Amino acid sequence: VSSATAAATAPAEETYDCRKDFAAELAELARADERIVAVCNDSVGSSNLVGFREEFPDRLFNVGIAEQDLVGVGAGLANAGLIPFVCAAAPFLTGRALEQIKADVAYSERRVVLCGQSPGMAYGELGPTHHSIEDLSWTRAIAGLPVVVPAGPRQTRAAVRWAAATDGPSYLRIPRYAVPEVSVPDEEFTPGRAIRLTDGDDVTVVAVGTMVSRALRAARTLAAEGIGLRVLNMPFVHPLDTAAVVAAAGETRGIVTAEEGTLSGGLGAAVASVVAEHRPVPMRLLGIPGVFAPTGSTTFLLEHFGLTADGIAAAARDVLARHGA
Amino acid sequence: VTVVEQPPALATDPATAAAYRERSARLRAASHEDAARELAAIATGIRADVIRMIARAGMGHVGGDLSVTDILVTAYHGVLRLDPEAPEAPQRDRFVLSKGHCAAALYATLASAGYFPRAALDLFMAPLSPLNGHPNRVKVPGVETNTGPLGHGFPVATGCALAAVKGGHDWRTVVVLGDGELQEGSNWEAAMTAAHYELAPLTAVVDRNRLQQGARTEDTKTLEPLADKWISFGWEQRDVDGHDHAALLQALAPSTTGKPVAVVAHTIKGKGVSFMEDRVEWHHKVPSPDQVRQALRELGQEDGQ
Repeated sequence: VSSATAAATAPAEETYDCRKDFAAELAELARADERIVAVCNDSVGSSNLVGFREEFPDRLFNVGIAEQDLVGVGAGLANAGLIPFVCAAAPFLTGRALEQIKADVAYSERRVVLCGQSPGMAYGELGPTHHSIEDLSWTRAIAGLPVVVPAGPRQTRAAVRWAAATDGPSYLRIPRYAVPEVSVPDEEFTPGRAIRLTDGDDVTVVAVGTMVSRALRAARTLAAEGIGLRVLNMPFVHPLDTAAVVAAAGETRGIVTAEEGTLSGGLGAAVASVVAEHRPVPMRLLGIPGVFAPTGSTTFLLEHFGLTADGIAAAARDVLARHGA
Repeated sequence: VTVVEQPPALATDPATAAAYRERSARLRAASHEDAARELAAIATGIRADVIRMIARAGMGHVGGDLSVTDILVTAYHGVLRLDPEAPEAPQRDRFVLSKGHCAAALYATLASAGYFPRAALDLFMAPLSPLNGHPNRVKVPGVETNTGPLGHGFPVATGCALAAVKGGHDWRTVVVLGDGELQEGSNWEAAMTAAHYELAPLTAVVDRNRLQQGARTEDTKTLEPLADKWISFGWEQRDVDGHDHAALLQALAPSTTGKPVAVVAHTIKGKGVSFMEDRVEWHHKVPSPDQVRQALRELGQEDGQ
């Protein structure tokens, strides 16, 4: 675990669609390394690859609406020495092509960067068919596949750079829902390493993606009540920073996890299994509790499931109360 | 607790690899008829190896192994440009066995080319063996991608060919599909992609033995008219007797139309062993010791060993 307290105290008000940063970083890398190519399933627009196509018309392969083929072709391009960024909406990339991700990419140890666009409930009113709340659980269950959830524009760029430079498979979950910048030093973006954004020692919240800026707001709310919230950003859901989790269990009085995803098998489950084995403490897991979301915007649904700064603060108070009981 | 010693990693058999390079260069230059005679002899040896491997392991997919053997032998020994001592050479031709359950035939073929010593075939499906029931590229030199679940090899091969065409490389990619496997929709996604990108260096060979695990393909889910399917998907289509090495050499020649090539290889499941031929139960039945002896005798191993 590393500390970036000073940098993280005041996230900017402005919010960003991280797909733009994903595309900008990818283009920058592609200028320097001709092995980098993009593959998509008709999602040139929704993966924000229009600019990439204009700049590198021979390096964007659109296989049409065919996700199994998408991932298999990506593995074949990697076989030939290219570095494919395989892009599709996260629900279809992980749901439709899960066996290709397992067999062709992870088990075959291919250098394929799987880019799940618009994850979580980013598609809001389009409904659960288009939500990707299961992707972290599914991908985390696959051996040898790093699972990366950037929290803001800067971390998105760091994730893209890391994946491009890593000789192996990876899954990147690229946020679409607008998030504030979370100032995280790039050099702290390391597999298996959590980033400590605040130094509280009463309760810990482990957060990823869209939940990180909300956890930081919860920390400010709780600070006014005299409660110190330790915010751990866990950009690598796999490999998980187990040492940071064990330390948090020992040094604070309980742990809250927050993710825009199902509670069955995602970040919260990963943290809970470490806590249960190594250092049991009270926990609250925030996420989507085994239901398909009702109709609503992303903002509405995040509130509906308590995935807000207030929800995180309430869970932290609850953990504290249970610790005292 | 059973303690099993980890077998050593597979490494090239240099003498066999050298002989392979010399022979394959000669066969590719020879007339198809002359080459076919040598290929037939190699294929018979591989069929015998497959029988021994499956008998020893007590597991395997013997029917499909025997139907695909002549395709494998023709591709590896008569068509593809490969160096078993440099299995990852960037400009090598690519071969993908999409019907990964026929790993025994693939392993025996790879050993015959010197990718690893033939003695290692004894490890087929043994505990901790690199020779798993389905091929693993990380553990077996010469394997391009891990297959086993059906409908995976074809999209990967399409990616290999796409990289060749877009990169201006002259390597070829050959993928071998089971006929039952074509019931997986992912294959037809790849067929559309390959036609759209005009992947002439891609050849898909269908091992058309007309049987799948439980029944005949046409009694399970109809594949015919299979040739028309390929043609309508924008492929150059060829029919061939999948046990005629001279005809296979011709069928595996490069595309003449600028389109990818689909070869429907008409085969007999269990080919070469009379009591296995065209019988659905030999999909993955294991022969008894008596049946092993008979099979090996039919394959010209006089002592049945």
